[in-house]
Amino acid sequence: MRVPFLAVLPWRSLLLAMVTLFGVAVVSFVLLRVVPGDPIAMMISPGASPEDIMRLRASYGLDRSIPVQFVIWLGHAVTGDFGTSISMRQDVMHLIAGRLPATTELTLLALVIALVLGIGTAVLSTLSRRKLVGAAIENGNGILLAVPDFVWALTFVVLFGVAWQILPISGRIDPRISTDFATNFVLFEGLLRLRPAVVGDVLAHMIMPAFALALPLAAVIMRVLKGALEAEGQQDYALLAKIRGRSKLRITLQETLRNALVPTLALTGVQFTFMFGGTVIVERIFSYPGIGNLAIDAVINRDLPLIQGLILVFGLIFILINLAVEASFAMLNPRLRHG
Amino acid sequence: MSAPLLEISGLSARLRRPPHSPLLRSVSLTVAAGEVHGLVGESGAGKSTIGKAILDILPDAIELCGGTIRFAGEDLTTMPAARLRKLLGTEIALIPQDPMTALNPSRQVGSQLTDGLRLRRGLKGAALKQKAIELLRDVQIADPERVLALYPHEISGGMRQRILIAAAFSLDPKLIIADEPTTALDVTVQKEVLRMIRNMQKIHGTGVVFVTHDLGVVAQVCDRLTVLYGGMVVEQGETAAILASPSHGYTRALIDATPRHDRAGTGMQPIPAGIVADLKAQLSRYGFGPSGHV
Ligand SMILES: Nc1ncnc2c1ncn2[C@@H]1O[C@H](COP(=O)(O)OP(=O)(O)O)[C@@H](O)[C@H]1O
Ligand SMILES: [Mg+2]
Repeated sequence: MRVPFLAVLPWRSLLLAMVTLFGVAVVSFVLLRVVPGDPIAMMISPGASPEDIMRLRASYGLDRSIPVQFVIWLGHAVTGDFGTSISMRQDVMHLIAGRLPATTELTLLALVIALVLGIGTAVLSTLSRRKLVGAAIENGNGILLAVPDFVWALTFVVLFGVAWQILPISGRIDPRISTDFATNFVLFEGLLRLRPAVVGDVLAHMIMPAFALALPLAAVIMRVLKGALEAEGQQDYALLAKIRGRSKLRITLQETLRNALVPTLALTGVQFTFMFGGTVIVERIFSYPGIGNLAIDAVINRDLPLIQGLILVFGLIFILINLAVEASFAMLNPRLRHG
Repeated sequence: MSAPLLEISGLSARLRRPPHSPLLRSVSLTVAAGEVHGLVGESGAGKSTIGKAILDILPDAIELCGGTIRFAGEDLTTMPAARLRKLLGTEIALIPQDPMTALNPSRQVGSQLTDGLRLRRGLKGAALKQKAIELLRDVQIADPERVLALYPHEISGGMRQRILIAAAFSLDPKLIIADEPTTALDVTVQKEVLRMIRNMQKIHGTGVVFVTHDLGVVAQVCDRLTVLYGGMVVEQGETAAILASPSHGYTRALIDATPRHDRAGTGMQPIPAGIVADLKAQLSRYGFGPSGHV
């Protein structure tokens, strides 16, 4: 009894998402133009005449009123044209598209690490009868909840980059390794093409930033899932399963975990969007060539078109994550699947 | 006379953490084979706690602190875990209170119904399905084959409770704990489910601990009953005798508080404050404060 995929897609949320995205575009556009900071001032040479400056300003459309600028920008944006980066003199979409794969791979790896660690420790502490194991996990969890991602990033750099020097502390791949790849998804393509040298080197570069991003999320997942597992374990169906002779391991893995994952997943989705925010600083620390790092460059250079494009891309990512979460609810919850 | 099916004596329970508030105070009762024994009392009296203690599913916050629970002569509270696990589910089963939460929302009802048969009897394949269909026929489900493949949210509360009843009887246990099995159901469905439990219990000769706060229900199904207040036994004996002439004021108040279909218009009477005060005084003579309610 399968429902067609389109019926599962949350159309209402999709519409809402478009409205949200438009709102984000308007607000960021106006804010960026009223806050101090002149992009032209950042790019002219000291000897430029006022006429030169005027001409440059006009060439970027910055001499028009804000509403007019917005309408022009929007007209181009709906066709996928977000203008040219002022500081890098390149097409904004092209720039972002070139950097996005690096960030996508990094955050997905971090998400996988967070899910494995979070779910693993939650299940372990639920199953463990020993007080010591439970207490150790509980305390570890408290620490992980309190320490932000960039502190982990700096700690890892000091430990594994400086003191032990076992991991590369910057970049995404050793430039000496040649990649004649079709896409910029170096990790995924390396895996598909079975290139262990590439995969190994990329992973070595990603492991520290990925863990820095993953640990706080893992802590949240663990906390929420453990609570949900405990609550599910006291549900009548779990008590009945116990009476019927199913072991605690089986009850947890086959009965309660799936139900407990539903609230956990909702929260993981929200927290995962925060992780994209975290990439801005963590990518900077590791000079990782993703959109987070690009965003800092854009802000330093007051690169309005680029900042605007990045804000929209971040907004779009948030929305996509939320849609993915909703869709996975439908998979986990038979009530939604058949209802 | 041989040992009763279930013999609880001096059972006490309390909160595990300080201040260790007592939840059961030296409760004793016996259930003979094939007997339906009612556990009556208002909400919070400790009825479910007794049921859970028998089934070894007390929440972590509650611990036993005295007494024995003998099943066919063997004390469940001191029995090795492996032996206890073997008994529970096969010899002792549960019909839970809320059919909405007693079925796992993400498993088909058929597989939940047949857990016991699969895990304990090793049944599988066609034989298992055949047995499952028979079980559902026993609880008067008309199209068992279709129902087996459904998820809990796709069937009504009454239907779920019938499935849970079928599951409880599936291994032909000697004792069933029925914890308010009709409280969560519509009035019309309640009667039907009660009759069903009573019938199946008679056919199988099962002893039942029947938890309820409804004396109207007690009158219909229970042979004997125990009245609880604040974790303490207030009155015990033959149902008919107690309902006809309760010896304790609290029981009389409970009876008066029960709406009766044969005394139209009288409505419910609240429990007189004096009786509750008496009971509280009695509790404090034991050195306990009343536990977490009233
Ligand atoms: N999980 C729990 N943690 C702490 N106290 C509990 C818990 N469950 C029940 N109790 C307490 O135990 C007492 C008896 O509860 P219960 O046996 O469920 O009553 P009944 O079934 O008669 O309504 C109540 O005072 C209740 O507050
Ligand atoms: Mg109860």
